[in-house]
Formats: sequence, structure tokens, C-alpha cells
Amino acid sequence: MAALSHHHLSSTAPFAFQQAPPQNHSGEPTQHAFYPYTDNGGSTLGISGKTFTVIAGDTRSTSGYNINTRYAPKLYPIGGQGPTHKGSKIVLSVVGFAADGRALQERLDTVVKMYRYQHGCEISVKACAQRLSHILYNKRFFPYYVQAILGGIDEETGEGALYSYDPVGSYEREYCRAAGAAASLIMPFLDNQVNLKNQYEPAAVSGFDKKQLVPQPLERPQVEELVRDAFTSAVERHIEVGDGLQMMFITKEGIEEVYFPLKKD
Amino acid sequence: MNHDPVAWGRPRDDIYGSYNPSYLPPTRQPYSSHPPSHPTTHTQSPVVTGTSVLALKFSTGVVIAADNLASYGSLARFTDVKRLRPFNRNAIVGFGGDVSDMQYIDRLLLSLVVQENYAGGGESVTLMNARNLHTYLSKVLYKRRTDFNPLWNALLVGGLDEHQKPFLAYADLLGTTYSAPSLATGFGAHLAQPIMRKVVPDEAAAAKLSKEEAVKTIRECMKVLFYRDARSMNEYSLAVVDVRGVELKEDNKLEAESWAFADQIKGYGTQTV
Amino acid sequence: MFRNNYDNDSVTFSPQGRIFQVEYAQEAVKQGSVVVGIVSKTHAVLTALKRQAEELSSYQEKILPIDSHYGLALAGLASDARVLSNFMKQQSLASRLTYDRPILLSDITSRIGDRAQTNTQQYGKRPYGVGLLIAGTDAKGTHLFEFQPSGVTSEMVADAIGARSQMARTYLERHLESFEQCGRDELIRHALRALKDTLGQDRELTVENVSLGVGGVGEDFRVVEGQEVAPFLEGLSENRAESGEGAGGESMEVDS
Repeated sequence: MAALSHHHLSSTAPFAFQQAPPQNHSGEPTQHAFYPYTDNGGSTLGISGKTFTVIAGDTRSTSGYNINTRYAPKLYPIGGQGPTHKGSKIVLSVVGFAADGRALQERLDTVVKMYRYQHGCEISVKACAQRLSHILYNKRFFPYYVQAILGGIDEETGEGALYSYDPVGSYEREYCRAAGAAASLIMPFLDNQVNLKNQYEPAAVSGFDKKQLVPQPLERPQVEELVRDAFTSAVERHIEVGDGLQMMFITKEGIEEVYFPLKKD
Repeated sequence: MNHDPVAWGRPRDDIYGSYNPSYLPPTRQPYSSHPPSHPTTHTQSPVVTGTSVLALKFSTGVVIAADNLASYGSLARFTDVKRLRPFNRNAIVGFGGDVSDMQYIDRLLLSLVVQENYAGGGESVTLMNARNLHTYLSKVLYKRRTDFNPLWNALLVGGLDEHQKPFLAYADLLGTTYSAPSLATGFGAHLAQPIMRKVVPDEAAAAKLSKEEAVKTIRECMKVLFYRDARSMNEYSLAVVDVRGVELKEDNKLEAESWAFADQIKGYGTQTV
Repeated sequence: MFRNNYDNDSVTFSPQGRIFQVEYAQEAVKQGSVVVGIVSKTHAVLTALKRQAEELSSYQEKILPIDSHYGLALAGLASDARVLSNFMKQQSLASRLTYDRPILLSDITSRIGDRAQTNTQQYGKRPYGVGLLIAGTDAKGTHLFEFQPSGVTSEMVADAIGARSQMARTYLERHLESFEQCGRDELIRHALRALKDTLGQDRELTVENVSLGVGGVGEDFRVVEGQEVAPFLEGLSENRAESGEGAGGESMEVDS
């Protein structure tokens, strides 16, 4: 409590010429400055396929060792009509500081809705992805403290499209990406299983002849299994991940949501 | 000594002459009541504070409680501060954290309710529901944290949503928000939440819980908090919000306290074995 | 030629207590093609007659959805309506973001009313040259509001504004009692019949020149155009076949 701590007055001057910083018992200066961020834990991932993209995230929200709630979605449909996002084909996932994530989601959603109002058609994922980058970059000196993943369907090819971001707007299109608390646990798994890293043709797995397996777009049942495996494993090893798994499959027909319970411990 | 807070920590005028404020950046913040050309100042920590707020959903509504203490650090400074604030017949807010910021939000809500009654024609169908109120408050809090001028509170908003179903949500000084069948701020998150989660592990359990059970659970939790939270007191406010409106009682006393366990505690004070 | 000394700006009264610029703005509304609106207990319907600026051009937009619970129909300067509808769109989104609730129709209507009024009391401003019908649903049920360039707004059960709208209003007054209990499709037919009554003798309602906006309790506001309108146009009433272009000879097309 700043108001209650004792301040040492200078012994040479009878007045407070310069205020001494508040001292605590260890002698370190006590920091009272307001810190505008917190980490709400959780993890997300996205994988793009030939005709679909899946975005997934756990539904736990944490503050330190506390569980705030077991159901706080990190996945948001963007655009579409009205508050229910009817007809939307873009999903944003945000993990990190939840309040910033929510603010970011609302900004992007408003931009996409105004785009539709002004142009009379839905925005493309490519354009939406670039807009999201700009929103993040414009706030680079006081960033939205989130790792975002954006998924949709590429209008030109009909293939799944997936974009991943850092908090200040650097972005790239990828086939798969994990983000959040358990990203370091999930990403290597996806590298190996989706992009087939460190997997070689069985004929010659070592020596000069060894040949990398060439990654192929995965089918939806395989992908769904990968996502579940990724999260059930992350739950075992990371305390901030758990409670429930929410998946959104984006196809040319729209968004299909799947919920799968995870361990609540 | 000059007791004007603005003069704290400044060179004395009688020795150095008065400071020329034209060197200071102009005050631009809308919340400040300081005269222009004093430096912009923000709350960096709370001063007079309230402790936990607890709330629990039941089949047809929400129970919410908070004690009547406002602490000044570890001093139990004010013992009759009401921290539950009914908004209208659909919603109530429970405040934890800084009491002066609570009073500011109270004034904000007062002007909001006047504005709402004016625009909505005072009809019951146009009343704001608990969800509307929670969204509004979370935007106010997030805006202020983004301005680096936070309102140092943790709030619970309880009541009914647009379908007259129970609604309960949290918002704090960072703009963080979440919703759950049971919620607690401050120490309550450590001490009361485990007890409440045993009663309502999920929404389905909350939908089956009776009002009496919910009130009983909350009263039990208030007792646990009084035993263990050194910034709490044994008099508290408790409110029930359901389709019949807000039923608030502000002078509840803790019942059937038992301090029999106290002399069993080892490792504190003079007892070392 | 006679020169009116009191119509140079919209802030000066004439000695008779009139503000001519505002009245001229209301003339612009009368030049716009007609729009009709009706509400029942459960539905709100807007219909409009679309003009084609020239043979090779597209038909104008007369009905705009603003939020999922309401939309508007315009008569007069379409560009002025665009400015107003952009404002309404932003206010509606703001209500959803700040309070997580749809804005009240009475609220949004009075906000544009206030905007229009300031244009009639500040030097150098020009009144909006457009009239609007705002229809949809909110917490208080279904609503229809009329907005005029003067800033006057009024809640209506049924209304028509624009060229020859008196004919439509006559129809609406005749059937006023029946609207409240009307079902969705019947309400649409009433609105189309009212619209039809404003037509000159050799003109017809077609899928090209009719625009329809429908919203209701549990139904998002949506614009219906083209072939989707066809079922409602069938057997509206007998066609009155007489010759000659409609009276008035209003050749000036303001809203395009």
C-alpha cells in the first residue's frame, strides 16, 4: 500500500527536497506502477486442409493458479450478419490477454461488417488477414497482447486458408500453427504430423539417400483426430490448458462447431 | 506542512518560490478534477478497499453477497459501507477493490439509469438487463485501463439476461471478463470458489439448484471468508435477483460462528510447537 | 421575376413564420419515387417503387438494411440518405458493442431527427433533402417511423412518402383497421397494393421496379428483390388500363 508505506526524509534538509522511492523490507524499490496486461492462459491451433480449415482452442480461462471459468471461448466467427454472425466463413482465434483479444475481435468484426455494408459482399480471407495485421501494427507501441490465428477459405482456389500473427502484426499464411500457453508442446507435434518434418521414405531413413516425406493435405477425420490428440496431450502437461475443446470447421458451406470435453483437473 | 495533496513531495514555496506550472504538460484527461496545468496524475494503487464479492446462480436467479467493510490498508476503517448496488429490477453489481472508484462507478450508473429511463420511456421491456450492464461496465473498465488510468475494482454483475434467465459475470480493472455458474473476487476466488464449485460444478447443476440452497451456500462461504480473510468482517449484504426483482438485505450478521479451531492452530504467534 | 428574400438560407424566418429552405427540402422528398411502410403486431414491411435513371442504367436502391432488426426506405436525395444511413449504421453497431443490445428504433430515429434539426438552425448548413421510413422490431415490438428534412419524426402504423404518395395513403387509410392482425404475406400484399395505387395508368409493378423490405418478431430485416417478389405481385388486383402518363408531369428526378 503506497499510502501506508513510510518515506525516509532527507536527513540534511528539513523538507522533502526530493521524494525517496518507497522502500520495502528487502531494500528493493517497491513497484506500484499499474501494469495493464495479464495472461489468461489457454492454447489454440489451426490446420488448413484441401477444402476446409479448422481452428481449435481450449475453453479454460486462468489468472495465475486460479481457474476463472471452465467455459470462455477463444474462437470467434468474424463478419456475417447480425450478432449471431450468420453466414460467416472466417474465424479468428485469440490467446493471451483475453480483454485485448476481445477488443481485437470486436474491432475486426466491425471492420468486416462495415466492409460488407459498403461493398455489398463479404470480405475475402486474404483481405481480412491483411486488415487484421494493420489493426495489430497500428497499436504496436501499446500492443494487443495476443497471438492470433485467422482461418477461412481461399476464394481463388477453394482451399483452406490459415494465417498466424504475432502481437504487433507480423503475419504469414501457413498450413498449421499452434499458439498460446501450450504452443511449445503442440507445435512440434503438428510439424511432425502435418508437415511431416523428420519423416522419411521408409526405404532409406538414413544416409545421403534419405528422402523427406512430402506433406499432403489431410482429410477432415484425420485432422479432427490430430487436434484432439494435441489437446488431450497438452492438458496432461500444461496446467493452464483444459476443461473443454472447441473446434470450428470452416468449409464453403459455412462454420461447423464441435465441442469436446477435456479433463477439468 | 501544506496538506494539499497536489503539493505533496514538491519543493516548498516559501523557500523556492512557487513552481511555474507553464513548464508542465497541459492536462488533457477528461476524468481529472485538477485545475489545468498540473501534471496528469493517475491512481497507481487502491487506497480504501473492499474485499471479496461472492455470487452463485440458481434455477431462477442469482445470489450475491459482500461484507460491509472498507479497509484502509490493514485498518478496518469503515464498517458500514454497502458494496452491493442494485441497478434496476433485473441487475445488481457487487464491488471489490477501491471504494472511491466504486463511488465513481455508482454515480456513472445513476446517470445511466436516468438516461435509460428517459430514452426507453420507462417501460419495463426497455430496461437494461444484467448482460447489457455487464457489457457496458466492462467497456468502461477496459477504456480506463487503456488510458493507463484504471478504475481499481473487480466487479460481479448478477441478475437476469434478455430471456429472463440467470446471468452472472465478472469484470475487473484490466477489462478482463468471464462468466461462470459461481464467481468470486479477491480472496473469495481462493477460499469460497472451491466450496461453491462443489455445489454448482456446471450450468446444469446451477439450473437445478434451489434458491434456499444457494443462499445457504453463500452464507457458509461468507463465514469461511470471515475466518480466514483478515480484511473481512462479520456483517454483510446479501441480495437475491430473480423474476420478482432485487431483494437486498444489508445488515446480515454471521451466524453460528465457531472459533473452537483457533487454539488448535500451530506455527503462528507465540506458540511454536 | 419575383424574388423571395427569405429563402437564401435555412436560418431565416419569413415574416409569415416559414423557413423556405426547409420547405424546398420537403419538395425534394415529394419528387422522389414513392415508398410505403406498414406494421402489424408481428411484422414490419417497406415497399418502394424503383426508378431507372435511363434505359441502360440499373434501378436505384430504395431500401437499405441497417442492422439485423431494422432497415429504411428513402424518398428524395439518395446521397443525403447515404450519409444518414451511414450514421445510423455506426450508431447501431455502437449500441451492440457498448451494451450488447439492438438499438431502439425510437432512439435512432430521434438521433437523426436531432441531426436534421441542427441543419435548420445553423448558418451555412443545408437541410437533408430526403425523407425516410424506418421500420423493424425492437424490445418494444414492431415500429414504423417517418423522418422528414425538417427534423420532424413521427411514429406511424402505415405511411407513404414520395411522388403521388397521397394515393397510397388513401389506400392505407381505407384498410387501417385490418393491419394490426395481418400476417406477414398479407401485410406485404397490402403494402404492394398501396404502392400500385400511386402508379400512372400505363405503368405496372414488375419484378424490376419493386423493392421490398421485411422484418418481424423472430425474423431479421431483409431486402427482397427480383424474382423473389414475383409471388407477391401475382393477382394483386385487376389492372386498370387507361391511357396517358400520370398527372403532375414531374419530370425532374431527384433521387438517383
